[in-house]
Amino acid sequence: MMLALLGVASVSHYLVVGAIMFCCGVVCMAVKRNALGVLMGIELVLNGANLNFVAFGSNYLAADGRSPLGLDGEVMALFVILLAAAEAAVALAITLNFYNNHATVDVDRADDLHG
Amino acid sequence: MAAAQLLPILLGIAWLIPLVSFVAILFFGPRMGAHGKGAATVATTAIGASLLLSLIALVSWTLAGHPVRSEHHDDNHASIQSHDAGQSPGIWPASHRSPAHSDAVGDSAGHASGHASGHGEVSAPISYSGDWYTLYASGALRLSIGWYIDSITVLMFVVVTFIATCIHVYAAGYMHDELHDVTDSEVQLETGESLHREGRFHRFFQALSLFCFSMLGIVIAGNLAMVFIFWELVGICSWFLIGFYFERHSASTAANKAFIVNRVGDFGMLIGLMALWGGLGTLHFGDSVSSATGQVEQGLFELVRPAENHHEQQVPDGLVAFAAADQIEKMAASNPSRSELRRKVAASVPGWREQGYGKWLLFVAGIGIFCGCVGKSAQVPLFVWLPDAMEGPTPVSALVHSATMVAAGVYLVGRFFPVLTPDVLLVIAYTGGLTLFIAATIAVTATDIKRVLAYSTVSQLGYMMLALGVGGWVAGLFHLITHAFFKSLLFLCSGSVIHACHTNDMRKMGGLLKVMPYTAWTMLIGCLAIIGAGVPFVLGLSGYYSKDAILAQALLFSRTNPQHSILYVAVAGGAFITAFYMFRLWFMTFAGAPRDEHVFKHAHESPRVMTVPLVALAIFAVVAGWALPGGLGVESLIEQSRPAGTAETTTTAGIFGTLTVPAEHESHAGAIHVTATLTAFATALAGVLLAGVMYFKPLISPVAVAHAARPIYTFLVNRWYVDELYHGIFVLPTLGAARFISAIDTQVIDRFINVLAWTAKRVASVDAWFDRVVVDGIVNLAGRATWKAGLELKRMQTGNLRQYVMFIVVGTVAIFVLATLLFRTSVAG
Repeated sequence: MMLALLGVASVSHYLVVGAIMFCCGVVCMAVKRNALGVLMGIELVLNGANLNFVAFGSNYLAADGRSPLGLDGEVMALFVILLAAAEAAVALAITLNFYNNHATVDVDRADDLHG
Repeated sequence: MAAAQLLPILLGIAWLIPLVSFVAILFFGPRMGAHGKGAATVATTAIGASLLLSLIALVSWTLAGHPVRSEHHDDNHASIQSHDAGQSPGIWPASHRSPAHSDAVGDSAGHASGHASGHGEVSAPISYSGDWYTLYASGALRLSIGWYIDSITVLMFVVVTFIATCIHVYAAGYMHDELHDVTDSEVQLETGESLHREGRFHRFFQALSLFCFSMLGIVIAGNLAMVFIFWELVGICSWFLIGFYFERHSASTAANKAFIVNRVGDFGMLIGLMALWGGLGTLHFGDSVSSATGQVEQGLFELVRPAENHHEQQVPDGLVAFAAADQIEKMAASNPSRSELRRKVAASVPGWREQGYGKWLLFVAGIGIFCGCVGKSAQVPLFVWLPDAMEGPTPVSALVHSATMVAAGVYLVGRFFPVLTPDVLLVIAYTGGLTLFIAATIAVTATDIKRVLAYSTVSQLGYMMLALGVGGWVAGLFHLITHAFFKSLLFLCSGSVIHACHTNDMRKMGGLLKVMPYTAWTMLIGCLAIIGAGVPFVLGLSGYYSKDAILAQALLFSRTNPQHSILYVAVAGGAFITAFYMFRLWFMTFAGAPRDEHVFKHAHESPRVMTVPLVALAIFAVVAGWALPGGLGVESLIEQSRPAGTAETTTTAGIFGTLTVPAEHESHAGAIHVTATLTAFATALAGVLLAGVMYFKPLISPVAVAHAARPIYTFLVNRWYVDELYHGIFVLPTLGAARFISAIDTQVIDRFINVLAWTAKRVASVDAWFDRVVVDGIVNLAGRATWKAGLELKRMQTGNLRQYVMFIVVGTVAIFVLATLLFRTSVAG
């Protein structure tokens, strides 16, 4: 069953999953007032994009008669994970500082610099 | 050390010491003692040291074996023998110049060239010349600071430094008012008070030192350029000293007048210098060595009176060629080589000289140099400055305006004598004659004691000029030296009187003999000296000898040139008037009863520092003319330097007709000499007697005489209206022209500029409007628009993170949609 499912799976499926993740992440960023929630949304967006890299690096593309990215796709994905980790560290530091100053992590309250 | 090396060193140092004093007082004057009192000591010491050196120079001159001519009046001393052998590099006794002279020098024992035997071998007088320092040398042009020393140089050094020393000592007493703050009652300020100022004691001595330096510079000068430099320096010193009380309007005007009038004369002098320079390319008196080429260049005297021509005057080759420039151009037309052209020119120069080329140039040169002397020595028509110069302090009048500076003109004529043609000499004689007569007549009616002496100075300078003009070279210079003594004496006496009476007006004096005996008796000696008093043929005061010499020469001249006998009349008449006004002065001041009780009560004898110089000068006023045994004496000392070739009678056909300049020694001949002496004695005696009956024993009332001859009296009181004449001829037109030009300036030029400025202002205001409205408007508009846009955009900066995410999403989607629509193919591809 699974193999059958695998047998019919193609790059498009992965792209659809990636797009769903991306959209979920964006919506999460747009609606969450909690800064940690927004960070989670960012993770979703990044990993949605990451899924695309991996998909384009898989052999499925070869089955479609197109040249795949090969290992390059995985390498790019690793870079993105690395980047996401660094970004999470910085963002969490900002959040902690924000909390120290405002005693809250509500991003709507972070409007000190508004015009 | 030989005189040739010693004299330039001695006199050079004597010349420079006053400069050192000047510089020292210039920088440290106010700090020399209280109120600069030490300045007098410095200046007096300096000039005293100069006097000492000059005296050593005089002694070494006489000891150097220079020829001393005996005073016997025979016919056989037309030549001067030279014994001097002092020859060294850079120093040329004039008599050692050419081989032609060596026999004259060697044959000194019994050599006597008779003028009667035509032109015998005439030797040049001893003189030393050389250069200390070359100011500028380029091509033929060479200007240098050098020396020309002969007996009159040495003599003038002694006279100038001696008189200057006396006057320095005197001035230390006379100027003591300047040692503290001075209240000058002659200067009214706008507030109606008198001027109160600081004393200027040191400044006075500073100027005196500079003056001594300049005057000695003229005396020692080895070339005309150097003479001119020091000539002008003397002029500026005179300006400083006349304008010493410069707050007084009269003093500053007099200083300017003296300076400007002298410039008129100096302009003529410059023309003379240019004529000589253009033709001869040298301004040196004696022969000199060019520092550039190392060759001996002939000086002016040698050029005009060449040795190979028996020192007879001739137009120099250079002047002939200069005048014949058109002829040379004609020669050059055929393109000959340079050397060939030079040879051709040299060959034709004697011919051109015969035709009279260059004669006028030599005349112009002589007249030009004389013009400078007219200014400096206050001759007609430039004599007007000298009486006004009496505004200066009296020691200045004595030193600068009677004894030395004004003598510089006479000295230069004497120095330049060999170059002057008989025509120039005639002009000089007439100028001198006119001057002596005019000045003497004005002195008769003057009442200011210093002005009487000032006009008397002008008159005596006229005597000297006349003497030189009629060929009395020794007579003129002799009188220059004796006059220096007695005139400085007279001025210092008058200063003593003014110091005591605090007025210059002789009408307020009288009877001062009792209160100031030293002044009175020394002044009497001065008066006797100036009128030439003496026992005829036995003994006399200094003026007796020099005036007799002038009279004799003038008499001889009018005998040989009967058409010019008016000159002798002027001299004799002048002697009478001189005696009259000098004794009028003495009687009015010292004799009779006091005219003004207040002045008389205040009068007192001057302090010793002032009377000692009077006595010293009085002694010299008596003895300066005496000839010591062995031919030592001023006259014979001067005679030693008689320019070569002027000892004989010469007859030339000149511009003013045939003229005979008689040899001076002929005037010593019995007939002439006796007549002259008796005339001098008689005229002087008549003058004194007339003054006596008018002012001592008033048998004739001066007022009645003045009333009887009212037109003449008015004419003389107004000084021949010369000042008014000059005012009308020169000053008023100058002022008129100045006003006219100033009117052009204000009415035309200023107006034009104002219109220009007004237009520029209009244009500028339009420009400013454009700038303000258009340019600034555009810039402001851009600024304002940016500002507004910023304000609008600010609103989007809400600070709401979720909203930003929405912007990003919507924006990204929008870009994608747009890109899909616009770049369909590329995306699809």
